[in-house]
Amino acid sequence: MNGDWPYRLREHRATLAAFAAFVVMFAIYAGNHPAGLTVNVATTAANKGVLLAIVAMAQTLVVLTSGIDLSVGMVMVLANCLASVIVVGSPWATALGALAVLLVGCVCGAVNGLIVIVGRLQPIVATIATGSIYYGAALALRPVPGGDVNGSLASALTGQVFGVVPASAMLLIGLVAVVWLPFRRSTIGRAAYAVGSSEIAAYMSGVPLRRAKLAAYTLSGLLAAIAGLFVTLITYSGEASAANGGTYTLYSIAAVVLGGVSLFGGSGSAIGAIFGALMFRTIGDLLFVFDVEPLWQPLFQGLVLTAAICLGSLRLLRVRNRLELYG
Amino acid sequence: MADAQPPASGTARTFDDEVARTRLRIDPAIASAFGCIVLVLLVGSLYSSSFVSPGYLLQQLKVASFLGVIATGMMIVILLGQIDLSVPWVVAVGGMMSTAATGWGPTGSAFAIPVGIGCGVALGLVNGIGVAYLRIPSMVVTLAINAVAQGLMVLHTGGFSPQDASSPAMRALATGETLLGIPNAILVWGAIGAAAIFLLTRTTFGRTVYAIGNRERAAYLSGARTRVVVMSAFGLAGGLSAFGGVLLAGYASKAAQAMGDAYLLPAIAAVVLGGTSILGGRGNYLGTVAGVILITLLQSILSVMQMPEFGRHVTYGVVIVAMLLVYGRDTGERG
Repeated sequence: MNGDWPYRLREHRATLAAFAAFVVMFAIYAGNHPAGLTVNVATTAANKGVLLAIVAMAQTLVVLTSGIDLSVGMVMVLANCLASVIVVGSPWATALGALAVLLVGCVCGAVNGLIVIVGRLQPIVATIATGSIYYGAALALRPVPGGDVNGSLASALTGQVFGVVPASAMLLIGLVAVVWLPFRRSTIGRAAYAVGSSEIAAYMSGVPLRRAKLAAYTLSGLLAAIAGLFVTLITYSGEASAANGGTYTLYSIAAVVLGGVSLFGGSGSAIGAIFGALMFRTIGDLLFVFDVEPLWQPLFQGLVLTAAICLGSLRLLRVRNRLELYG
Repeated sequence: MADAQPPASGTARTFDDEVARTRLRIDPAIASAFGCIVLVLLVGSLYSSSFVSPGYLLQQLKVASFLGVIATGMMIVILLGQIDLSVPWVVAVGGMMSTAATGWGPTGSAFAIPVGIGCGVALGLVNGIGVAYLRIPSMVVTLAINAVAQGLMVLHTGGFSPQDASSPAMRALATGETLLGIPNAILVWGAIGAAAIFLLTRTTFGRTVYAIGNRERAAYLSGARTRVVVMSAFGLAGGLSAFGGVLLAGYASKAAQAMGDAYLLPAIAAVVLGGTSILGGRGNYLGTVAGVILITLLQSILSVMQMPEFGRHVTYGVVIVAMLLVYGRDTGERG
């Protein structure tokens, strides 16, 4: 613990870089916002950012095991539609409804996990197929956009705490404390990292592979469902939008990569992915603040994303043996 | 879990024997995919006999040919062990750039198809440079290029409204008929498919693609120019996606922004259902043909049967999972 800080620093380098980049970008954003950093500006930015951050956390859990979850956006859409039906009415009914939404998320994640573990299908194709199933279920619940949600829950979670701190930011910190940190510190969490580094080595060492993967996929479904619930709280309605689901899935991968999580598994952290997501959102907001012509915004966003991922290639300069290039 | 297979024994067989055996053996994945096509048609014919009429089947093949062209590019990339997520907007770029070229007058109209394909090749090559030379995971770089392509197209359509009607040549290619009433689109897919089979099985490029998909390091040490091959494979895939967009624009007589969205996942699903390993290095083009036809038939029959939209999505997902569980499984722990 005492003499090992250089190693710890190196292990968390990617997370720290994502954090630093986000802080710089957000400072520029807040400094140049026409209204300054007011509580409302911060809350709006936080609500948008937290939504993507939760989906990115969900994606991280699966990516750490060297899998990928292309159904994460669809689970979010399903949870959104379900929440717009059952998270209404009296406080008790609302609480039960929210619990049911989270449970459905867990089930979706567990189904993905079981297909990958027991069915031994590749995660990328398995989750494409289950994503279609979840989207179908969402469409069954909400053929047309609509629905409602408990208003007091919505304003509590999308407003501010003590009139200053955005409640969504507190929610995110709570999720990190309740879901991510215990996972990271548990045997199962370490096993998930081990599976991602080398499945064979993990298997030979007697690491509980299957439990680790199942836990990662299930928690991923849970987080995606929380994101879906949060969408409902922001929009006060449910919409089975395939475009939304697809966008969030793709953005979650981008956020994970910006946050320094390796797509090959075994390295990175959900905290990095959270800052990756916040950074990704801030890019869009920066373009708005600097009055970039709206038509140019998507192009700039794409170019910034491309530039950011190309930065990862700087490591090639350190490669001495060309064989290291080929994994 | 413990059933990791021992390495294939029987080293007495020569390499040529092995090749001959591989040629003769009917790939179970391809056989199951074709079996499923027959099954889907049988179930459909119980509902209505028109599902097995030649007219309906030709129409379905015509619709399938758009997905077929796009899936051809996807298959080459998947054989490398990579993936191309830039399909949606590269398809749109192909459609929109070719219609834009049509708007430049007779010369532009004549060059509409090459312009569309050329833009797709350019985007594909950028993908390829990112994957081959910058060593960025393909899932990430193609995602970023998809975003860039989207940005370019938003810029292209915004502010003023560009020409979006397709040229007569594009319409003829996508909707016309020449020989014996066979739609041109099927002939186009047939030509591209034949070229793909030739490329993959008879050329150094194709064999290198398979080699890279199995182990890039070994391919490199064997003297294959792996980076050039990877880059050109992505260029080829970009060109084929864009060509799919050109055909779609011809079919619909105009190009639209979201025209490629519905082709990414079906293209991946078609390739994988056809028995190509998503890990690369293994797969046969005939399987992709079967996968494309199967997916198109499935979508068509479910919609003709007036199954509600949600049911179609659920059935589609369940069928893919079920089929893959039958023959698309890994053999055990991997390295």
